[in-house]
Amino acid sequence: MKREGEVRIPSGCAISGVFSRDGGAIGGEVMIRSIETMHGRSNGLGGGFAGYGIYPQYREYYAFHVFFDDAAAKEPFERFLERHFDVVNLSKIPTRKIPEIVGEPLIWRYFVQPLPTRLSASQLDEREYVVRCVTRINTEMEGAYVFSCGKNMGVFKAVGYPEDVGRFYRLDEYEGTCWTAHGRYPTNTPGWWGGAHPFSILDLSIVHNGEISSYDANRRFIEMFGYKCSLLTDTEVIAYLFDYLVRRQGLSLEETANVIAAPFWSTIEAKPKEERERLTYLRNVFSGLLITGPFSILVGFEGGMMALNDRLKLRSMVVGETESRVYMASEECAIRAVEPNLDRVWSPRGGEPVIVRRNGGEEL
Amino acid sequence: MTISIDAAGKDFKTLGELVRAAGGDVEIKNCLGQRYLGAGARGKKITIQGVAGNALGAYLDGAEITVFGNAQEAVGDTMNRGLICIHGSSGDATGYAMRGGEIYVQGDAGYRAGIHMKAYGDQVPVLVIGGSAGSFLGEYQAGGVIVVLGIGCERRYPFNYFCGAGMHGGKIYVRCREVPSGLPEQVAARPAAEADLEEIRPYVRRYCGLFGADEAGLMAHPFYVLSPNTQNPYKQLYTSL
Repeated sequence: MKREGEVRIPSGCAISGVFSRDGGAIGGEVMIRSIETMHGRSNGLGGGFAGYGIYPQYREYYAFHVFFDDAAAKEPFERFLERHFDVVNLSKIPTRKIPEIVGEPLIWRYFVQPLPTRLSASQLDEREYVVRCVTRINTEMEGAYVFSCGKNMGVFKAVGYPEDVGRFYRLDEYEGTCWTAHGRYPTNTPGWWGGAHPFSILDLSIVHNGEISSYDANRRFIEMFGYKCSLLTDTEVIAYLFDYLVRRQGLSLEETANVIAAPFWSTIEAKPKEERERLTYLRNVFSGLLITGPFSILVGFEGGMMALNDRLKLRSMVVGETESRVYMASEECAIRAVEPNLDRVWSPRGGEPVIVRRNGGEEL
Repeated sequence: MTISIDAAGKDFKTLGELVRAAGGDVEIKNCLGQRYLGAGARGKKITIQGVAGNALGAYLDGAEITVFGNAQEAVGDTMNRGLICIHGSSGDATGYAMRGGEIYVQGDAGYRAGIHMKAYGDQVPVLVIGGSAGSFLGEYQAGGVIVVLGIGCERRYPFNYFCGAGMHGGKIYVRCREVPSGLPEQVAARPAAEADLEEIRPYVRRYCGLFGADEAGLMAHPFYVLSPNTQNPYKQLYTSL
């Protein structure tokens, strides 16, 4: 029998997301029920969630979610953490023992702030300081992996079907203002805890259905700027592309969509002059960040959510809206499962970003 | 006699087995994305309330499927005979590789509607879309008839980019005011002649009968016919000879 990674299985992956327009609370069980509807798109080799607004009592602190292979990996990590951060709270992430989820690593959560002296000595902006510390941990510390490091948000992921992963992490006990979820069907790469979606950097998280043909070109480009693609899967690079373009280059999410899912030259040619010049500029300057191959992604960020398809739209995506919520999912059934009465249901076009932000929320 | 099945909480396999086991007609209630409904079915009517899952009526072989709700991706994938009627919209790749039978979508269809449709002898598949289609309408179309009525469409054409890319057979009829421009080089567009309109009239009539639209009003509007450009045929092959 061929082993995982040696055999290619052309199939799905499921993504789903829900966003509260007015900031009203959404329980984690809503997202579990939604993603569970698309059970057949996953194969039990990965599932995960990102929840926003889930740690209001620690909203000023970076929430580090960490996997440790064993207790021996925890000690050097905590020494590093204490040298660089003020740790105000630490605990195991509560989990529920269920037969569907086995082989879990040690899973811990730390609420931290950069130590002011270390931060000022580094001459870095605070968020860059956090990213550099996390990159260092993830690439240099054997057996320790920070898989979530944003403020007032958290990623929860594991090997298993997503609905089981949600129950394992007791997400029914969390309330958030935005959630995304992923059911994995790995086709080219191994199914392991670190390879489950979402992938995140600071408060930005990505869930992805598809296969990035341009992965290596994108990886080579982004690694020139200090990022390290080390997780054996293509989706990781999308998170870094967004971080680079939005946080470091200051592009808007719309412009970022125009870079990674750039329209064809023939489509750009037919645009009015100003738009043509804008699109041409973005395609030329960031040509190494064009993502080719099929993809549909949901991007979670502080105060908002975004859906994007590849420009050929080789993956499905449906948006459903009510007055108070916006849903985005691979299939309409995943939305109807939690909200039978929708004011509007529609499918975005390929390369057309759908972005929702909270009333009065600041743009990222 | 019609057998009623409540789809709530049933996975696609269980539901599909119940539909197959039913000797006669079937009504499915509370459908929520279960796939492959009516796959290969013949000699029965299947009515679905809710959201029909992917590959609805795949390989359909004569059965009649009616959906009160939207359908997801790949409706009628490779269907052979029969009828699929969607009282709503359908997802991407509607009528994917269909080689016979008829599909009627009351509203819009997603990307790649009618991709790889083909015809042989008297097997001529028909796909009628009441609203608009997405990009790549009729991609690699090799045969059959696609009609896009554009009801409620405010754009110039009721489809988007790359219509008929790779097309080498069949016809696409679009209801719009001006001749579509910007088509791929292997696609030719011309105003519909009387004979063309007579060809699609039975399908428009059936659409109106199913969904209650006005046949005379629809047919009074200009139509254009898109077909392979014999002066500039599609030469690319999937494999080298």
